[in-house]
Amino acid sequence: MNKVYGRLFLFPGLITLIAIIIFPLFFTIALTFSNWSVANAGFDWVGGRNWAAMANNERFWDSMVRLIPLSFLTVLIQYVLGFAIAMIAWQGIAARRFFRVLWLVPMMTTPVVMSVVWKSIFNETVGPVNDVVTGLGFSPVSWLSETVPAMFAIMVAEVWQWTPFMFLLLLAGLLSLPKEPFLAAAIDGAGPLRTFFNVTLPMMAPVSIGAIIIRLIEASKIFDTVYAMTNGGPGSSTETPTYYIYLTGLRNFDLANGATLSITYLIVFIALLTIIAQVLSRLSRPKGV
Amino acid sequence: MVIKRILATLFVTLWSVFVLLPLLWALVTSFKPPEAVNFGATYLPFVEFTPNLDGWSAIFGGGGATTNLVPPLFNSVAITFGAAAISLVLGTVTSYGLSRFRYKAGFIKNQDIVFFFISQRIMPPIVLSFPFFLMLRNLGLLDTRSGLILVSIAGLLPIVVWLMVDFFNGIPKELDEMAMLEGYSPFEVFGRVILPLMAPGLTVAGMFAVIFGWNDFFYPLVLTFGQIVTLPVAIVSLNATITPYWTLSAAAIFAILPLIAFAFAIERFLSKGSLSGAVR
Repeated sequence: MNKVYGRLFLFPGLITLIAIIIFPLFFTIALTFSNWSVANAGFDWVGGRNWAAMANNERFWDSMVRLIPLSFLTVLIQYVLGFAIAMIAWQGIAARRFFRVLWLVPMMTTPVVMSVVWKSIFNETVGPVNDVVTGLGFSPVSWLSETVPAMFAIMVAEVWQWTPFMFLLLLAGLLSLPKEPFLAAAIDGAGPLRTFFNVTLPMMAPVSIGAIIIRLIEASKIFDTVYAMTNGGPGSSTETPTYYIYLTGLRNFDLANGATLSITYLIVFIALLTIIAQVLSRLSRPKGV
Repeated sequence: MVIKRILATLFVTLWSVFVLLPLLWALVTSFKPPEAVNFGATYLPFVEFTPNLDGWSAIFGGGGATTNLVPPLFNSVAITFGAAAISLVLGTVTSYGLSRFRYKAGFIKNQDIVFFFISQRIMPPIVLSFPFFLMLRNLGLLDTRSGLILVSIAGLLPIVVWLMVDFFNGIPKELDEMAMLEGYSPFEVFGRVILPLMAPGLTVAGMFAVIFGWNDFFYPLVLTFGQIVTLPVAIVSLNATITPYWTLSAAAIFAILPLIAFAFAIERFLSKGSLSGAVR
């Protein structure tokens, strides 16, 4: 009897999830062995041809490498900034409620809409950033039409958008820390820096790893910012995997190749995340244990 | 100690300014006349230019503009709240099951099923977009609100389950057992005893589902073609055409305002306790 009720509770959600995620996933995998495109719809099996094309697709692998600055580095910056703000909010500042709400506002804004705003801010002729740059006596920077400045602009938008999320997770972690180790450190006469590196940081390791992994998962899907700010340009120099796969599969309707790239991306991405999670948890383990 | 104070204050100030600047820039720009935009950046209304409402009237079809953001607003609200509501119902029922009953299928146990749900957040939307595109086309749901609601559930259901399982676990099982002894069926226990206690959990999960649903751009972009336009898609297509910056900025503010208003309206339900539960 209990078993029947248990299933009645579990199954609606589980079946929905399988129907709209797992079944489509297998469909995508099947697509990779076909040559489904706009001219040729249907499962025409072509073996591993798409997979060979994927391995030689330099534009795709370039876009994968680009995740190092655009996702990994931005998440690292978000972590450092988010931790700093969380420490300040944790130790208490005046008008604390006001600041907490203010700092969480970016999280509520729509990323792609803010990217449009950022694009206008980085506008080369009438934007405020170049206004300040020229005001300081430098020559104007082509923010969105040169590779390195464009990457920088995207990273600024991403840091603005997602540092609040990091801040929220880390603040919750800090608030749930026990008080005793800090008292012990104070009694032993440890200064603020030593307390931070020997007490706070190690105790925050599990929360930190969780927050970094959650953000890496989301950041590796980066698409909105690139789509709205640079369209992958100049040329293809700010393309991310999601953006390039979108162009291949859903703009040019080469669904078979797009699907192959997307599965490759998924596999590499899960493998990398697993390795990163392992390395982080090993690094954060107390020494000598 | 004093130096530390100064550094912290400086940092707080700089960060707050950085957080506010893009929003202020968009807000100020939305009231600018053309001459305040086209000849370089201006910052101060009333000092550097006389604000007007041309940008704001243009997003509702005023001043001969072809744009009207009211239908996209309606679409976004319908899709977001539709998908969030369905995910909340399915996710809550499933989470209750995962918190109260014991499942076993071979080596798969409760925590494996929970992990299975949460891990679906890892799935990049691009991987699912190909089958979604073909499936919705075959079902005749491409470019419809129902189609978008259906695919949005894939992203929202894992969030709801992730949050709700913890919330249910926080309520003692003895409560269920006592209600059972009173002669309640499991459905009555769930609906009449436990669910009324879940207001904070439902608020947090609902808020996250609405935020993620509202902010989604990828699925509407690839699964609609002009019939059903959501707000983010409408803003981006304005950006792709020659839209003056005052109109574009007004549109951007208009698109993010509903969610910020929603967040403020719901913020008082988020006590500290429920917040710390949300991020575990």
